[in-house]
Amino acid sequence: MTDTHVDASREAAAAPDPGPARNPSLAKAALLILRGRTLVVLVLLVIFFGAISSEYLTQSNLILMTKHVAINAILAIGVTFVILTGGIDLSVGSIAGLASMVAGGLLFKGWNVPGGTVFFSAAVVILIGIAVGALVGAVNGLVVTRFKVAPFIATLGMLYVARGLAQLHSNGGTYPDLSGTPSRGNTGFHVIGVDSVLGIPVAVWIMILVAAVAVVVTTKTPFGRRIFAVGGNERAAILAGIRVNRVKIAVYVISGACAALAGLLLTSELGAAYPDTATTYELNAIAAAVLGGTALSGGRGTVIGTVMGAFVIGFLSDGLVLVGVSTFWQSVVKGAVIVFAVITEQAQQRLQSSLAKRSS
Amino acid sequence: MTIVEARGISKNYGGVRALVDVTFTAYRGKVNVLVGENGAGKSTLMKILSGAEQPTGGEIFLDGEPVTFGSPRDAQARGIGIIHQELSLFPNLSIAENMFAGRELRRGRRFVDAREQRRRARAVLGRLGQDHLDPDAIVGDLPIGQQQLVEIGRALLEEVRVLIMDEPTSALSSHEVDVLFDVMADLREQDVTVIYISHKLDEFRRIGDWVTVFRDGRLVAHESMSRTDTGWIVRRMVGRDPGSLYVRNSSKTGEILLDVRNLSVPGAVPVHDVSFTVRAGEVIGVYGLMGAGRTELVECLMGMRRGSGEVLIRDRKEPEGTVQARIAAGLALVPEDRQRDGLVQTMSVRDNILLATVARLTHGGLLSGGAEQKTASAKVAELAIKVPGLSAAVTALSGGNQQKVVLARALLTEPAVLLLDEPTRGIDVGAKAQIAALMAELAARGYGVLFISSELAEVIAMADRILVMARGRITAEFTADTVTEEALVTASASESVLEASS
Repeated sequence: MTDTHVDASREAAAAPDPGPARNPSLAKAALLILRGRTLVVLVLLVIFFGAISSEYLTQSNLILMTKHVAINAILAIGVTFVILTGGIDLSVGSIAGLASMVAGGLLFKGWNVPGGTVFFSAAVVILIGIAVGALVGAVNGLVVTRFKVAPFIATLGMLYVARGLAQLHSNGGTYPDLSGTPSRGNTGFHVIGVDSVLGIPVAVWIMILVAAVAVVVTTKTPFGRRIFAVGGNERAAILAGIRVNRVKIAVYVISGACAALAGLLLTSELGAAYPDTATTYELNAIAAAVLGGTALSGGRGTVIGTVMGAFVIGFLSDGLVLVGVSTFWQSVVKGAVIVFAVITEQAQQRLQSSLAKRSS
Repeated sequence: MTIVEARGISKNYGGVRALVDVTFTAYRGKVNVLVGENGAGKSTLMKILSGAEQPTGGEIFLDGEPVTFGSPRDAQARGIGIIHQELSLFPNLSIAENMFAGRELRRGRRFVDAREQRRRARAVLGRLGQDHLDPDAIVGDLPIGQQQLVEIGRALLEEVRVLIMDEPTSALSSHEVDVLFDVMADLREQDVTVIYISHKLDEFRRIGDWVTVFRDGRLVAHESMSRTDTGWIVRRMVGRDPGSLYVRNSSKTGEILLDVRNLSVPGAVPVHDVSFTVRAGEVIGVYGLMGAGRTELVECLMGMRRGSGEVLIRDRKEPEGTVQARIAAGLALVPEDRQRDGLVQTMSVRDNILLATVARLTHGGLLSGGAEQKTASAKVAELAIKVPGLSAAVTALSGGNQQKVVLARALLTEPAVLLLDEPTRGIDVGAKAQIAALMAELAARGYGVLFISSELAEVIAMADRILVMARGRITAEFTADTVTEEALVTASASESVLEASS
């Protein structure tokens, strides 16, 4: 019956949606809750765990949890850029690991050049680490645009390649001491992962900065608009004169740089660089973006939503730990929450379009 | 002898009357040709006869017996098969697998009887005179004409007494058309009734026994083919007064804005050695059938396809051929398929309007919300776009207003020449008249306007100058004073013109 498929689906599309919008004011209220659902869930989580554990809502625990969130949030913000264009980046965990090893190596044993070993200051090392992430991201972008490899495959490949390079860097070993020596002028790497300013960890300040910049870029710049256009309808974007390939390469570079930064924060916190740093973190990052309402099909999503998604995941898992739920159950709960998030996302889309139809 | 009779059939889609009291007869063992412009109602009637749609009113008789078809399966069970204009084959499967897709022969309960399928597929291919085709050949590897035959073969697997073909030759080469017509003649010998929808006058006159003409949802003529000629058919297709609905552009023409020289575009639908000019204040229509290369031509002009030849815009050669360069040089395209190529469905009306020019509305690198709002609302007012609000989803607009959103975006790039690919497709008559008025107004403001149309009446009524394309070439050029329907149809269909020029 393939003959009739086309007509049948057209008819279905044209038919008015009798769906959930029979009572408009109720539907509008439901839509409001659905739109802010990540925040609602976050508040409910805090209330719930606060009620059963007296430690949960203490200032020190909140700060600790937020610090845990920071690393995942930075990763997730980078991945959000890619997902908004309709792509995906599975390599961010490995990029974090590679950046960690590069930075660790530079701090621990320096850079061998003909005639001796060069040491860079901690700040320069951090910049080099981020540059490495950006470079790997650029390779992802080029593979996706020039060779037309599906983003899933291209970045899956990079997941292995970057992790392999991280292991090759030390032949599988760990760089155990990153504190540096004053004579080499490379102390201070611990500042970004360990220290606090005004009682708040530097990592959290960095997350706030990254999020603020990302919000401005996505909502207030022509480049941000182009990201949404590419993800919403690539053919229309091309016809509007948008250099789609450049936009795509740029988002992978951003994702790589964010991943590297997250890897460096993690390394600084741990005080050592080992090649398995941030393994499987890409899944947490994607989960945070999806939880925050970013559509995997592209064109829809917000940075704030992603940050909120990262908070939900982080506060949920730390809460489960605090009340003594086993790690196995934690995994089950996290998975269920992610799928639930997508279901509510779809409900929101349906409600939104049926309300739009009524008002037009 | 009558086999199918549709009596007093009406079909309404919402408020649109697609068919009005149509009484149609198909004769047994004959090739019954249906002609009419796009939207004349022929395809709708065929959907009703094949069970894909139900009529709003009227009755269908098969062999004098009243029948109702609730689904295409019902119609198939009564021996009515249909082949659509767009092939519905699986390119990744073999001929035999395609023929039995969805109704696989079984061995036992679970296993596909591949051998029997192959045997029957071979038998059907033989009946179509295609013994040389291997039932295991992958359909995607076959030329389009043979794919068409596979599609026919699939219909013939069932006991088919009436075979409906909706423009089956639009993508075929002339040799493939000959093969198809031989097959149709054979089917006629085998007492199969063919109902054949076509635009191509020179083709269907060779094969048809009866011709039925549709216009505006009504059946306007029904005659034995031998008692008609091309002029008779065209006059009935077009009707008397196509011009009254549309505003004609009457502005003075100025300097040449677009000069295309020897443009060729390779590809599945190639364009060969096309040259023309567009002047300021001119509205130019490009008429032709589907697959004539019109869309390929404008997409190449717009930098979306690579081609060879020269393109001069405002007397300046534009050799780069990228979309950005062509926009900067002064071209803008409103594409044929708004949903696929025009709109970003996830964005608001405002963001869609500003999509191509948003970089101009920044203040210190950041977007200025006020400037965005002002620019977008100015265009909404200028083009009289009906919107619930600038931040409304663009998908909430009607087709005509969506079209205007894409047009607004194109105008914001400050083009010299606007290219519009089928600007009136899929919008109602009132919106069509508005688009026509808009094109005339834009021409009066000094733009050059080039639009593509498949509708005779429309192109004749709106264009100052008409270029006719067939098989990738410009086969004729008319001015508003010299054009006739017959000449247009002849130029768009005739292969003799083509062969003489190639």
